[in-house]
Amino acid sequence: MGNSNSKDGSSLKDFGIEYASAIESTSLVNIKDKYGLFIDGNFVDSSSGKSFKTLDPSTEKPLAIVAEASSDDVDRAVSAAGVSYEKYWKRMPGADRARYLFRIARHLQERAREFAVLETLDGGKPIKESRDVDLPLAAAHFFYHAGWADKLEYAFPQRKLEPHGVIGQIIPWNFPLLMAAWKLAPALACGNTVVLKPAETTPLTALLLAEVIREVDLPPGVVNIVTGAGGTGSAIVEHPEVKKLAFTGSTEVGKLIQRSAVKRNLPLTLELGGKAPHIIFEDAALDQAIEGVINGIFFNQGHVCCAGSRLLVQESIADNFIDRLQTRIELLRVGNPLDKNTDIGAINSKAQLERIDQLVKAGIDEGAEVFKPSCSLPENGYWYPPTVLTGVQQSHRVAREEIFGPVLVVQTFRTPEEALEKANNTPYGLSAGIWTEKGSLIHWMAERLRAGVIWANTFNKFDPTSPFGGYKESGFGREGGMQGLAAYLKNSGGRS
Amino acid sequence: MTGKIPIAKTYKLFINGAFPRSESGRTFSVSNPEGELIANVSHASRKDFREAVRAARAAQFPWASRTAYNRGQILYRVAEMLESRKTEFVDLLKSIGVNSRSATREIEDSIQRWVWYAGWSDKYSQILGSVNPVSGPYFNFTVPEPTGVVGIIAPTEPSMLGLISRLVPAIVSGNTVVVVSEGKSSLTSVTIGEVLATSDMPAGVVNILTGDQTDLLPWMVGHLDVNAVDISGISHETDMTLIEEAASNVKRVVSRQVNEESLELISDFLEMKTVWHPIGR
Repeated sequence: MGNSNSKDGSSLKDFGIEYASAIESTSLVNIKDKYGLFIDGNFVDSSSGKSFKTLDPSTEKPLAIVAEASSDDVDRAVSAAGVSYEKYWKRMPGADRARYLFRIARHLQERAREFAVLETLDGGKPIKESRDVDLPLAAAHFFYHAGWADKLEYAFPQRKLEPHGVIGQIIPWNFPLLMAAWKLAPALACGNTVVLKPAETTPLTALLLAEVIREVDLPPGVVNIVTGAGGTGSAIVEHPEVKKLAFTGSTEVGKLIQRSAVKRNLPLTLELGGKAPHIIFEDAALDQAIEGVINGIFFNQGHVCCAGSRLLVQESIADNFIDRLQTRIELLRVGNPLDKNTDIGAINSKAQLERIDQLVKAGIDEGAEVFKPSCSLPENGYWYPPTVLTGVQQSHRVAREEIFGPVLVVQTFRTPEEALEKANNTPYGLSAGIWTEKGSLIHWMAERLRAGVIWANTFNKFDPTSPFGGYKESGFGREGGMQGLAAYLKNSGGRS
Repeated sequence: MTGKIPIAKTYKLFINGAFPRSESGRTFSVSNPEGELIANVSHASRKDFREAVRAARAAQFPWASRTAYNRGQILYRVAEMLESRKTEFVDLLKSIGVNSRSATREIEDSIQRWVWYAGWSDKYSQILGSVNPVSGPYFNFTVPEPTGVVGIIAPTEPSMLGLISRLVPAIVSGNTVVVVSEGKSSLTSVTIGEVLATSDMPAGVVNILTGDQTDLLPWMVGHLDVNAVDISGISHETDMTLIEEAASNVKRVVSRQVNEESLELISDFLEMKTVWHPIGR
């Protein structure tokens, strides 16, 4: 698919740049025709015999058939996790749990390319992202938390720490393996056993992780992976033997889970949606700010809960900034996710594509002006071009609702106070970006922005040592860092 | 003749630093163990609750923006005021049936607890925050910030210590609160409001409603401008499906049976904020 020539040919030529296609080989990956559920250390069929297909969203071709876990299957998985908790994991010294986690980290590093290619095939994200972001970070999360397993009393001194027991974890489709790592590593380090449900459109890397878990001889039942959709998820949420829930996904589903958990006083962490403001002051280093804005909204096709989806640019530089932004967008390469040059891959699913399309249309109906680059899109698969909406009012749906796609909404401001007012005018509070060369202004803004992660003169940076999570309707609890451990221990003193 | 006819105190609500009656005009009576009326106490309505949330919201950012040292000073000043009214509080507890020795002990413990939490104002962020060694050229730190407006259903027993144990850890970090007290504990709650009104505590930081906790519970957990609720004081018979509405704005819901001084109760109403900045030339 010589995508780079056909897509943005004209503008690339203006800059005298051409890219030959550089397709990553898929020969490392061995996708099976059928996948079972990973329960008690074995791959088993679903009790109902039901299954579903997972596709390559860039071609719409089916990749594999995956078992759909019924509530009976979830029950089996929870029982296995419960037995394993009592029999192995609860009794095991932290130092030994650490060794298992170090092993998982190493195996992920060793098989990184295979995982990266599979992640790109199943989810549609560019190979350069799965290779350079998802995989290194997933391995790093296991490595970081491994070291905590025998040092928890240093994180929470003078406390009678205890794991919760069996934990139910439900993760989304935007960073399938990375989210599995974010959830599993701290849970296991703290001595819990897990039933994990990957998203129905991206189950394959979690199932490959199950193979790694077998390779490293983790005791059976410590990690159980059940594939399926909402029904499987609610079976986990409602299961009486699940002692704690952790969910990453939409605010809508998060609220349903909280409804169920809160009346049982069940410990819960939620990492939900966002509508992050990305604020550019007139004195910002503009070239870097442009790159930051591009990365902020187009990284992973904008399927990022902390995406910088609301650009707030100071009025004095707005016209110039938007011009330069559009020029830069013309240079983005949209197409085959396996091409190492690709910047923007495929939209994860048909349903998500329809949602993006519907919201952008609503934006246009409400008076926004649209900019899309002159790129052409592949015929098959799910695609959406990088899009900028200007002339957007605070009341417009596109300024308030999470689009979760490569769509940037632009507003302007005159003073820091106005930027702040607009930035905080949202029920969400996951992340925010600030670009200015003035240090005191960075701190003034950072102190007042109601969001859990603030990126100043950078954006979309992640690290296992750095706590991540939201304010307000973006959820509660943190993942990563010492603060993230609190959610997986009783009596830690942190919110769990 | 031993003197003039005593002037009884009217127990009213405490909202935004003032003492209004309930807009509903309703009251409920509190009697001593002998069944003699002590007071007709204002019975707060849903509208009173909304007024209190408005006051708490307006006061929240200014309160949180004061320096930690200043919040500590203001809280310590409240302890001074409590100390000077110790006899009054002991008498109040005795009037609702607490024996003399327990009453004295409870007031002393309450004042000690207030001082203990006051001293945390400029320390908890050093314990709970961090500088994070990220793998790259970035300076990265995590600081705790207050969650916002907190609704509190205070334990009714022990009436003074129960309220103070929940109130002070919430406000020390810069949250503002709306407390709902009921029954006999209303008397100490309103009197704490009077102490606050004569201290340096800014109006709206603490709002105290008296009434029926179960009645006001759904409005508290459903209010979209309340960020968190502490429902530790609700009665065991409470229908827990009433709490579901907390999900309407993803409220933090705390329900803990902790009776001692605890940093945990401060961290219950904190959010962790992490800030990244590149390091370079």
